[in-house]
Amino acid sequence: MHSERGSREFYILAFFFSLFVLFLYGPLSTIFILSFQGPSGGLTFPMNGVSVHWFGNLFEQQAVGDFGGSFRRSIILGLMTTTITVVVSLLAGLAFRRKFKGSTFLFYLAISSLVVPSILISLGIGLFFQVLGIRPAWWSSGLGAHLTWTLPFGVLIMFAVFNRFSPAYEEAARDLGATPWQTFRHVVLPMIAPSLVGVGLFGFTLSYDEFARTLMTAGTFNTLPLEIYGMTTNVTTPVLYALGTVTTVFSFLIIFITLTAIIVVGRRRGRIG
Amino acid sequence: MAAIAADDTTTSSESVVRPRHTGKVRRGGASLSSYLQATPLAVILGLFLLLPILTIGMVSFWDYDSVRIYPDFVTFNYTETLGSWVTWKTYLNTIKFTVIVWLLTAVIGFWVAYFLAFHIRSATMQMVLFLICTVPFLTSNIIRMISWVPFLGRNGLINSSLIQLGIVPKALEFLLFSEFAVVLAMVHLYTLFMVTPIFNTLMRIDRSLIEAARDAGASGFQVLTNVIIPLAKPGIAIGSIFVITLVMGDFVTVRFMSGGQSASVGLMMSNQISLLQYPAAAANAVILLIVVLLIVAVILRVVDIRKEL
Repeated sequence: MHSERGSREFYILAFFFSLFVLFLYGPLSTIFILSFQGPSGGLTFPMNGVSVHWFGNLFEQQAVGDFGGSFRRSIILGLMTTTITVVVSLLAGLAFRRKFKGSTFLFYLAISSLVVPSILISLGIGLFFQVLGIRPAWWSSGLGAHLTWTLPFGVLIMFAVFNRFSPAYEEAARDLGATPWQTFRHVVLPMIAPSLVGVGLFGFTLSYDEFARTLMTAGTFNTLPLEIYGMTTNVTTPVLYALGTVTTVFSFLIIFITLTAIIVVGRRRGRIG
Repeated sequence: MAAIAADDTTTSSESVVRPRHTGKVRRGGASLSSYLQATPLAVILGLFLLLPILTIGMVSFWDYDSVRIYPDFVTFNYTETLGSWVTWKTYLNTIKFTVIVWLLTAVIGFWVAYFLAFHIRSATMQMVLFLICTVPFLTSNIIRMISWVPFLGRNGLINSSLIQLGIVPKALEFLLFSEFAVVLAMVHLYTLFMVTPIFNTLMRIDRSLIEAARDAGASGFQVLTNVIIPLAKPGIAIGSIFVITLVMGDFVTVRFMSGGQSASVGLMMSNQISLLQYPAAAANAVILLIVVLLIVAVILRVVDIRKEL
């Protein structure tokens, strides 16, 4: 790749990559700009002045339905999903280190949870609850639907982590007289902590933005993506963009905080070890 | 994703290729603790994946009227679905979307991953660029769909600049609320599902294989087609499974971006659901599931992805 051809290839691909990044972020940045549209502005350019009018509008009940409530529900649901995903994936990751009866089946079941179309999960859980005579709600059936989406990712990440995890550290700890719990708590856990934070990030963001699986499982009260989807059919003002900007900034914030946490944890571990 | 997470746990991150399965402790020594640790996952997947799908299978044989559904054993949900010309046309349309989106995401995803894996030398830069590609994946799909409106609309950016430049006399109507818009949005939403697994496999390719091919006189193109692409197949296969199942089951993108002018299997199901025709939707769901599983089985037959896990 040091040849002339190689460098030409580099520039062509670098250009292609830049186009791809532009394609990813271009649309998002326009709604970011348009959410600062003046009070008389519309859904497209040109900007009719600059204001935060539409952000203020977001918090008026009549303008956008139940933004506050759905936002709160989505955050609570996201936190519930994250906690369960991290704990269950970690346990499953530990379990999959040994071969046990049914381990292959369970693993493929987890994978198929990713492959089965979301609308099927949504319909299935909705019908399942209906047949049982239980009323669906975002914190029960909705939570279950989200877990079918976040757990496979968590399990796959933990699977990859433990596949590359040298048992030498645990053997050393055992040789030094550590109990299994001490080995886990002081040796294994600190080493896989950054990956667990990653699993948590996946769990939260996937749940926070989940739409198709929530559709039939949320019950009476909407989560934020359902609320936004409802708005697309009846809201024709830039308040829609303001909402988009707020939730996207929130997602970015979560990602940023998590990545910082991973780096800080990694550095601290590097200093000690 | 798995690769980044995994990289953090190894202290010797010098070499990309690592001995595998070192983490397995005492094979075969299944103990009570393994079962206890696997129980929560099994319970959750059993309750919210296995039983719901079995329920769909059961309800697909039930009877219904406009108000409620009745336990029964009838097959007309299937015969009506399979006997209807609309179903077949909808499947054809869905498969058309799937093939187009799959080809586009595979080509774009491969070159993006290739650039990241082989042309970016510093590991930090690689991680930063990879994260730039991954972050939009963690934001709302619906917002990302809406964000095309100011671009593609009748008074959108593309139309107004085309008119200003004198390229077209009046606004192009096909940009928004068309099949073009559906494909564009799907490529926008799903390419990341290709980039990540392909990047993951490309990073594991032993660089000395490429050196060897070059020493043996292979041209850059031959290295690509005879070394890199064959070794990248598992990644391409995993990405394909993701993209194909996402597009096959999609209904939101089709509904929103086509403005109700196009059909897909998912959309047909969601319409039946909103009309409370659950048994019909369930029959459709069973058929869709069979089709999707067949496609996945074919991919798994062609490419062995097990060593990727």
